[in-house]
Amino acid sequence: MTNTTANQTIKTNGTPDAAPFLEMRDITKTFPGVRALDGVTFDLKRGEFHALVGENGAGKSTLMKILGGVYPYPEYGGEIRIEGALKQFKSVRDAEAAGIAVIYQELSLIKEMTIGENIFLGREPRRLGVIRWDELYSRARQLLDSLRLPLDPRTPIRNLGIGQQQLVEIAKALSHEARLLVLDEPTAALTGAEVETLFGILNELRETRGVGMIYISHKLDEVFRMSDRITVLRDGRTVGTEPASALNETKVISRMVGREVGDIFPTPDHEQGGVVFEARDITVEDPNVAGKKLVDGVSFAVRRGEVLGVAGLMGAGRSDLLMAIFGAHAGRTSGEVRVEGARVRIESPADAIRHGLGFVTEDRKRFGLVLDQTILNNMTLAGLARISGRFVTNVDREAAEGNRSMRELRVKANSVFTVAGTLSGGNQQKVVLAKWLLTNPRVLFLDEPTRGIDVGAKQEIYAQINQLAKSGLAIVLVSSELPEVLGLSDRVLVLHEGRVTGEFTRNNATPEKVMACATGNVQHAA
Amino acid sequence: MSHQPNEPVVDRPPVTADVTPAPTEAELTRQTRIGGFRVPTDALRAYTMLFALVAIWIYFNYATDGIFLDPRNFSNLMRQTAVTGVLAVGMLMVIVTGNIDLSVGSLVGFIGGVAATAQAAQNGWGLVPTIFAAIVVAVGVSQAQGALVAYANIPAFIVTLGGLLAWRGFVLGMTRGETIPITLPGFKAIGQQFVTRPIGLAFALLAVAAIVWMNLRRHRARQRYGLGKTGALGLMLSIIVPSLVVVLFIRHMNASEGIPIPVIILIVVALAGAFLTQSTTFGRYLYAIGGNPEAARLSGINVRNHIWAVFCIMGVLAGVASLIYTARVGSASPDAGNLLELDAIAACVIGGTSLMGGRGTVFGACLGALFMASLDNGMSLLNVQPYSQYIIKGAILVTAVGLDMLGRKQG
Repeated sequence: MTNTTANQTIKTNGTPDAAPFLEMRDITKTFPGVRALDGVTFDLKRGEFHALVGENGAGKSTLMKILGGVYPYPEYGGEIRIEGALKQFKSVRDAEAAGIAVIYQELSLIKEMTIGENIFLGREPRRLGVIRWDELYSRARQLLDSLRLPLDPRTPIRNLGIGQQQLVEIAKALSHEARLLVLDEPTAALTGAEVETLFGILNELRETRGVGMIYISHKLDEVFRMSDRITVLRDGRTVGTEPASALNETKVISRMVGREVGDIFPTPDHEQGGVVFEARDITVEDPNVAGKKLVDGVSFAVRRGEVLGVAGLMGAGRSDLLMAIFGAHAGRTSGEVRVEGARVRIESPADAIRHGLGFVTEDRKRFGLVLDQTILNNMTLAGLARISGRFVTNVDREAAEGNRSMRELRVKANSVFTVAGTLSGGNQQKVVLAKWLLTNPRVLFLDEPTRGIDVGAKQEIYAQINQLAKSGLAIVLVSSELPEVLGLSDRVLVLHEGRVTGEFTRNNATPEKVMACATGNVQHAA
Repeated sequence: MSHQPNEPVVDRPPVTADVTPAPTEAELTRQTRIGGFRVPTDALRAYTMLFALVAIWIYFNYATDGIFLDPRNFSNLMRQTAVTGVLAVGMLMVIVTGNIDLSVGSLVGFIGGVAATAQAAQNGWGLVPTIFAAIVVAVGVSQAQGALVAYANIPAFIVTLGGLLAWRGFVLGMTRGETIPITLPGFKAIGQQFVTRPIGLAFALLAVAAIVWMNLRRHRARQRYGLGKTGALGLMLSIIVPSLVVVLFIRHMNASEGIPIPVIILIVVALAGAFLTQSTTFGRYLYAIGGNPEAARLSGINVRNHIWAVFCIMGVLAGVASLIYTARVGSASPDAGNLLELDAIAACVIGGTSLMGGRGTVFGACLGALFMASLDNGMSLLNVQPYSQYIIKGAILVTAVGLDMLGRKQG
């Protein structure tokens, strides 16, 4: 594959201003072991609404973090120009000073402070170091009025809904005299009415003030409704930029996923037995937002020797589903779980382990490992009573099991007594996997098992998953990487906003169909 | 350049940040560089502690013309260590889970009041009922605090700060502000008696036998795991050095009046604590809970029950410490045990325990207790004014932790 087709940018007519307000040229960003962006080119005209779409991990957020000064110059390659002038942002402040405001998916407001305090945080109007509260609140009031928000600037943020908080973020951006707003999945948590309010305000801002918008979203209907142009990113490169009028949802989806699947995945050769695990009508409520369902009536079954892939975009409820099944979700959970046909009650991870469930959680540093402790202590943590004895530990037996796991999973370390925190990401992930295999599970849930690890380690984990399925384990694999789900799974379940929107066998699953279901465009999948 | 179609591309910095290059040989165990040498950081910390202890002993002995280390004062020093040491063993377990217990000083006073009242003339309880009552009340009080921490999610700092005030109030009410003398001879023995010299010698033999056995066992185990880096010389040293320390220790005690009962109690408590923390699933779970509560919970550990249990253990040990303290002083007074919680916490911290949880050993905590007691004892012998003693202890505590943090950043 060469860059010539992938990086081409199609210039459009009919947009408000011919000279681009922002130009990003040949942007490259490397994380240790991973090239996240590879020569991305992007531009934005004054007052333009430009959507940026792509799969999870395509590089959208990385690109916006470079633009917003989160990854400062010179940690990236390429150049950023605003109104033709070269800019090298060394901090978020620099980017703000240049008129760029990024509104992240995770809002960055301080809940215990008022709207006014948040808007002017760090830039409070002062005289001799004393904050002039009257001026602060009257300026906040003017900003809110200009957005036609009927809110008292003295209201604490925690009293606002997510939608209103989003609008406060926009007010904050305007207080910086922002001329470019970056919105990362702004509607993910909004209701229909809130979305309309937001879009109304965005349209007004671009028309009356010429504020340009970069809009990141998985919701293609919104993208088409609002955008002048659409840029598709894939694998850290620009697939193309075209006017929205020249595209349709099917075309965009095929550009998002257009890559070959296969190469690094083992050929599955596992045979399936009877149903080992079944979940019926699992529903999980958001512990923070009353009445919101993170998972809504999801049912599925897995057979012995089967790999069931669960695809879906961020926020589709995949991790919530696994957490709920494992008895570890903070929200209210309902539904029924059967192991080997028998209904079981799982109210805690201990219950789940007792019934033969294993759960390789996402984010190994947060949920998977005790980083200060040895590989051995981590490997035996979940199965300690089984391996080592109910009360008195037997280091001999532990070390024997640990050494065996080290060899089988090819963990690269001096010995089992090496501290887990010193290992590379791939080896840490193998330790977490070993921990769960040492509980002797019948069903293994894997949540993003290869996130943030290098290709070599990925391949080893893929081979391991295939091997485990062959040995008769039932595996549920959640992954944001579509090729991974498609390459490893016998069957694929697609979630969108907490519901199952599609189910495919290995043979009829295509990236386009899965992505269509994942973005909620079920009609395109048929 | 051509780009591999399946090369992973990740755009979330918290996760990508941990795509670390494979560690070098030297990074595989935590090490600190001193001059040209690389020393495992944990071992370094333990040796630093021992070195500091030996240093202040030599200084005090020199400054007091040999009084500090003579058998009589040494015996005193050990008895002083006993109360702080017993509390520090319990405190260590609490701190390892990421919690804290500020109430133990007041609890020691309160339990002393309970025991003294029980055996006082108007009640006239015997030794066993008195001890039993003291321990039961201590556990009852402490488990209630533990329940509030574990199940009601009230921070341990707040619950036990409340306890610090409340239990002190109970002592004041119970003693009506006066001192209650201990009249039961058996009770006083807990704090003031010694085991006879022959029994002391028997202990020495037993201890040496245990040291030999454990080292041989560990040596064989290390060989079995292919870690046989300790040669015959290393094995000999690791048997001879501790054995020598034990024999010298007991000989020194016997040169006075024998081993004090409180010291025997401390040794038993410390061995039990070391066993519990190092050789049981329970202990392993405590470190996991302190190191990463989320990972522990998702690994099937009942975090709440373990935190509650740790407070129960703290209660037992606070009861034991209180009995020693009250018996040694010979009475229960309204201000008994004042600030003992801070000594216990300081002992843990000086002994390398992380207040964030997940790190620390019983051995370190006991060394820390000995260090704190040595400061008290030595400064008293030198007639250092009480106000200066407080200032010096405070400065040493902060310095010790400061040095530890520096070491950790390097390591």
